[in-house]
Amino acid sequence: MNNIKHRRNKKILTAVNVALLLAIYVAVFVAEQVLPQTSMLFVVLKKGSIYALIAVSMNLLNGFTGLFSLGQAGFMLIGAYVYGIFTIPEEFRQSVYQYFDGGVIHFTVPVVIALVMAGAAAAIFAALIGLPVLRLKSDYLAIATLGFAEILRALFQWKIIGPVTNGSNLLRKFPNFNDFNIKGADGKVAVYLSTLIPFIVAGICILLIVLLIRSSYGRAFRAIRDDEIAAEAMGVNLFKHKQLAFVISSFFAGVGGALLAMYQMAIQANAFTSAMTYEILLIVVIGGLGSVTGSCLGSFLFIAASEWWLRGLDGGTFLGINAPGIFRAGFRKVVFAVIIMLVVLFYRKGIMGDSEFSAKRIAERFRRIFMKRKSKIEVVENE
Amino acid sequence: MATDKNTVLAIDNLTMKFGGVTAIDDLSLHVNRGEIVALIGPNGAGKTTAFNVITGVYEATSGGVSFGGSPIPKGITPDKITKLGIARTFQNIRIFGSMTVLENILVAKHMRTKQNVLTATFRLSRNEEKRVRREAEELLDDQGLLQMKDEIASSLPYGLQRHLEIARALATDPQLILLDEPAAGMNPQETQELAAFVKRIREKHGLTVFIIEHHMDLVMQISDRIYVLDFGKLIASGTPKQIQTNKRVIDAYLGSVEEDEPADIKPSALNAKKEGAVNAES
Ligand SMILES: Nc1ncnc2c1ncn2[C@@H]1O[C@H](COP(=O)(O)OP(=O)(O)OP(=O)(O)O)[C@@H](O)[C@H]1O
Ligand SMILES: [Mg+2]
Repeated sequence: MNNIKHRRNKKILTAVNVALLLAIYVAVFVAEQVLPQTSMLFVVLKKGSIYALIAVSMNLLNGFTGLFSLGQAGFMLIGAYVYGIFTIPEEFRQSVYQYFDGGVIHFTVPVVIALVMAGAAAAIFAALIGLPVLRLKSDYLAIATLGFAEILRALFQWKIIGPVTNGSNLLRKFPNFNDFNIKGADGKVAVYLSTLIPFIVAGICILLIVLLIRSSYGRAFRAIRDDEIAAEAMGVNLFKHKQLAFVISSFFAGVGGALLAMYQMAIQANAFTSAMTYEILLIVVIGGLGSVTGSCLGSFLFIAASEWWLRGLDGGTFLGINAPGIFRAGFRKVVFAVIIMLVVLFYRKGIMGDSEFSAKRIAERFRRIFMKRKSKIEVVENE
Repeated sequence: MATDKNTVLAIDNLTMKFGGVTAIDDLSLHVNRGEIVALIGPNGAGKTTAFNVITGVYEATSGGVSFGGSPIPKGITPDKITKLGIARTFQNIRIFGSMTVLENILVAKHMRTKQNVLTATFRLSRNEEKRVRREAEELLDDQGLLQMKDEIASSLPYGLQRHLEIARALATDPQLILLDEPAAGMNPQETQELAAFVKRIREKHGLTVFIIEHHMDLVMQISDRIYVLDFGKLIASGTPKQIQTNKRVIDAYLGSVEEDEPADIKPSALNAKKEGAVNAES
């Protein structure tokens, strides 16, 4: 009987979670139609959703499988390039690849297929370097993956492969998010979708990662994180599962890189620095290692703070205070660093720890508050 | 010995050296199907090392291990050995601390489920997941852990964590289970219950049990045969009666245990009664 009630409660909570998610998507869609396109909100929503995907993919590896890898920027780079190279329309190739005689690739694939290819290319590369790298212990793994990412960054700017990668020049004119806005007969945009699209793609990818984490394989990953020796003694093939987590994480980092390219409308290998990986690592840690919702929240907060809320610190006026002497270029970074230090100091395990933000959690929070109040009342009555 | 149909585990002339330390020195022993065999000896005798060699954590310096009549290939990883049908628990508990009790069991079931990463992610192997969960819950029920299935494993009291480790080992569907000091940290009553429990899982799962233990009353009570290790060397083997009266064993080990833990030697009347109760239940 209790079991039936339990199951029904679970169903209700799942429904509430789904409803919450839907509400967010509807809100994004509505906001996009009514607010001016120049609002900083959309920068935060677009870039935030992309970073959320990349942070969750990194969390799959660092938080859920316990592999300390720092190759994320490298896999994003591969994804961004594969997306760009295969989607630039033929008529623009001559101008984009102006130093390489229009390049060597003369076909384009649809955006969705290019996104999958971006992920697949990153995954294949991960599978190749996984063989030697995943046998290393954690600190060495971090250094090796960081090294590979740096090598990729140099490699993609190499002149010899310029006919494919455009060397150190920008890749441009591939489809971006604005191309998904629906135009009316008058040529003006009738329905804006440029924010909803990254939300949908990132959302689908994150959903897949969550399904994986909650499957038998996800449990094996977490077992490896908790105790490698015990996991192996329980029949978990360590190398196979680490390789799997590494390849899947890289796949989604690749897709994330492609989305970032769409957002930025231009790709240059030089931008995919290790600083980018550290930013994502920071989001993962602030959100909570082992918490998907933490990575998502962390990502939006991080982007909002760095790109929007603290902007005034660089521009002379912050919170209505005009002090061009203090608030000038670079001060934002100082404040940002302090905030992050405070967050890490006071939330050792990140905002979410390793739990998830969900209807169940909110319900439990309320129940606890309610119970406390009730027991207080009882105490009072007893006296 | 290894060719005997009844022999589940055979260790032949096994030596294990760590640098200059010889942890195991030319050890040979065997465990027959359905037996409960104990491996005893003073601290540092090499007992845990023997388990680690059997389960592939260490590669033997020389000599070998056979399981079910065929030699275990050198250098194969522990997970492959578990798949062959050897499960183990650890002297220092190694549960998956951040996972729930049920999830701990489910991890052990993972290797034998028929699914791949795609069918698992896309929920195409729902029936498999359901079957595995049902079996896991049965195992937990057996250990009296079912009500705690959703608790975080590291929050369980010590004794229950040991039970969880045994349940988790059983979940790998072993023919042979290696228990490394399962009664460590348990009080006399819990130890007594454990004795009955080990016998019970042997019957229920058709198991062979190889156990390391310092609680001598437990060892004498449940073992069919005992091997005694001292400084990596086998100094005696035989039935509990033979071992209890063996001069070398008393000198090397039992004598000192009696001084350290006198309460362990004679099972008290209370414990005996308790065991009766457990048996009546099953
Ligand atoms: N990985 C290792 N490296 C070096 N020496 C080791 C290693 N593992 C075990 N030893 C040594 O091997 C010897 C046997 O240790 P082992 O853990 O097998 O003893 P034990 O019989 O299980 O003792 P206890 O009853 O205390 O558990 C000890 O001297 C120990 O220091
Ligand atoms: Mg030991």
